[in-house]
Amino acid sequence: MRKTLQKQHSRTAGLALAPYSVWSLLFILVPLVFVAYYAFTDENFRFTTENITRFFTATSDLKGDDGTVREVHTYIVIFMRSLKLAAISTVICLLLGYPMAYIIARAKARTQKTLVTLIMIPMWMNFLIRTYAWMTILQDTGILNSITGVFGIKPLHIIGTETAVIIGMVYDYFPYMILPIYSIMAKMDLKLLEAARDLGCNGFGVLRRVIFPLSLPGVISGITMVLIPSISTFYISQKLGNGKFFLIGDAIEGQYIANNLHFAAAIAFILMVILLVAMGLVKYITAKLVYGGE
Amino acid sequence: MKKIIELKNISKAFDGEQVLTNISLDIHDNEFITLLGPSGCGKTTLLRMIGGFENPDEGDILFLGERLNDTPPHKRNINTVFQKYALFPHLNVFENVAFALRERKVPKDEIKEKVTEMLNLVMLGSFANRSVTSLSGGQQQRVAIARALISHPKVLLLDEPLGALDLKLRKDMQQELKKIQQSTGITFVFVTHDQEEALSMSDTIVVLNEGRIQQIGTPADIYNEPQNAFVADFIGESNIIDGIMLENYKVKFSGHTFDCLDKGFAHGEPVDVVVRPEDVDIVPVEKGEIKGTVTQVTFMGVHNEIIVDIGGFKWMIQTTDSVNVGENIGITLEPDAIHIMKKSEYSGMYGDYSSYSNELDELSDPGGDE
Repeated sequence: MRKTLQKQHSRTAGLALAPYSVWSLLFILVPLVFVAYYAFTDENFRFTTENITRFFTATSDLKGDDGTVREVHTYIVIFMRSLKLAAISTVICLLLGYPMAYIIARAKARTQKTLVTLIMIPMWMNFLIRTYAWMTILQDTGILNSITGVFGIKPLHIIGTETAVIIGMVYDYFPYMILPIYSIMAKMDLKLLEAARDLGCNGFGVLRRVIFPLSLPGVISGITMVLIPSISTFYISQKLGNGKFFLIGDAIEGQYIANNLHFAAAIAFILMVILLVAMGLVKYITAKLVYGGE
Repeated sequence: MKKIIELKNISKAFDGEQVLTNISLDIHDNEFITLLGPSGCGKTTLLRMIGGFENPDEGDILFLGERLNDTPPHKRNINTVFQKYALFPHLNVFENVAFALRERKVPKDEIKEKVTEMLNLVMLGSFANRSVTSLSGGQQQRVAIARALISHPKVLLLDEPLGALDLKLRKDMQQELKKIQQSTGITFVFVTHDQEEALSMSDTIVVLNEGRIQQIGTPADIYNEPQNAFVADFIGESNIIDGIMLENYKVKFSGHTFDCLDKGFAHGEPVDVVVRPEDVDIVPVEKGEIKGTVTQVTFMGVHNEIIVDIGGFKWMIQTTDSVNVGENIGITLEPDAIHIMKKSEYSGMYGDYSSYSNELDELSDPGGDE
């Protein structure tokens, strides 16, 4: 009796899952297989690892700030540059987002709703429009410099610098950091915080020993959701960096536009593998450190 | 006995609603004291004030004679066993218990020794490395107790700690808590809405209702000498009948004059008369001091619970005699079966079993303060 019920249950569950299974198959798995397939084949669709090796071996001349020219591994440099900018943006998002998420989660229910909506409103606008808006703000004759000029501050040169790219990334991906952290903090059992105080923790102790470890899953998904899109972004750097900071996403886009599909796929594939390994590592380490290996 | 905590004229309101009104209470060293009352009577708020999680609007809390009002929870030598335990889900059993010691930077060896000793006390010696989320309710309860006792507080506060356990486990834990309290000598302040629990565990019971103390006393005092209709009804079952005190040791109710043990009332003063269901003697109808008709019989195992209509007022009587619905019976009362109370604001609100049903009673059983 129990068994048949269970069977029935699993059959209906399977049926309900069907559309999603088809969806994931069609739009996630199949494209991934295609990426891998293109990455490991040449124009005539014969197996090759050349695209992969090209990523690691291709060299070009890089002119340093002091005018000297040195030969570098093109894509390794591009990848490290993307990683650096993405990492800085992620850290800034985390440092800004964590306290903000905490403050929102402790506010009154109504205030919470308003604040979360305010954070989400920019997301309703197109990403390109937001980036253009930042261009007009950060330009040498832009809004920011007009305002600071009123106070007699010398014009700041921001557009076309790494700072501009980072500002753009932080602005665009900030909600993805704050929302997962907020949702975990809002659900946190307040009794746990009282228990910590009861057992001798002052405010900082409660944060360090209870709130932070319990919010880690939110922090990890926040980091994932900011780091991954910002590492592979291609538009922000073109517009706000004046094309001076060629990132890995730009490389993929460039190869794609040049109809170099196989090499574009290879870069995308390598990026994916690196990110997967990195995220797996982060998860493993935090689980070891915080949850005692469980 | 030494006073360890004194509450002086405490009042508290939340959003304009009065939760506690003029509470004064002394808690003594080595005492097991229970705050008992229905849902929303303010008992949890009172406990949280002692713990430091709420501040009184008026009045003072003294700890060993010193004012404690503005001392934050982490600086009070008081620990709490929270309702639903509030164990840290990211820490295992050992680390939960060690939490307070790690905060005080106690050396590692000493932590290991103390935690092991404490886990043995609550019989969880072999569970040190288990995750707290994998434990049963009773085991989580023990971890919560061990965690709160590890710093040897002067006072342990327990907020409905047994509420989430099933009946059998609750009885065992009652015994065990009492044992722990006696062996450690720590003052326990226990909050519950379960009157049986309060009667079986406490040295002192404080009955609260609507933010006011109704009575403070030993379990026997509270049961045998309730001060008003609320206490009489809340603690155990009571028939509460309108009566008139004719003179000392003479009270008239249900059309008969009874001998009693109470004195000090004005002649002819209206009073509330309490008769416990187990103190009523059933006799043949012609020998009864008062007479009634049985309207309901419920078999309870050790006794029958019967409802008897006596002059329109429904009494509850517990008897081992077998009687039938519709039967006319007589009733006699010994003087010590009768307890006289002054009229109070609760007079006439309790103690009539005309709408009585076991089922309804269970449904309306209050389930905690939240």
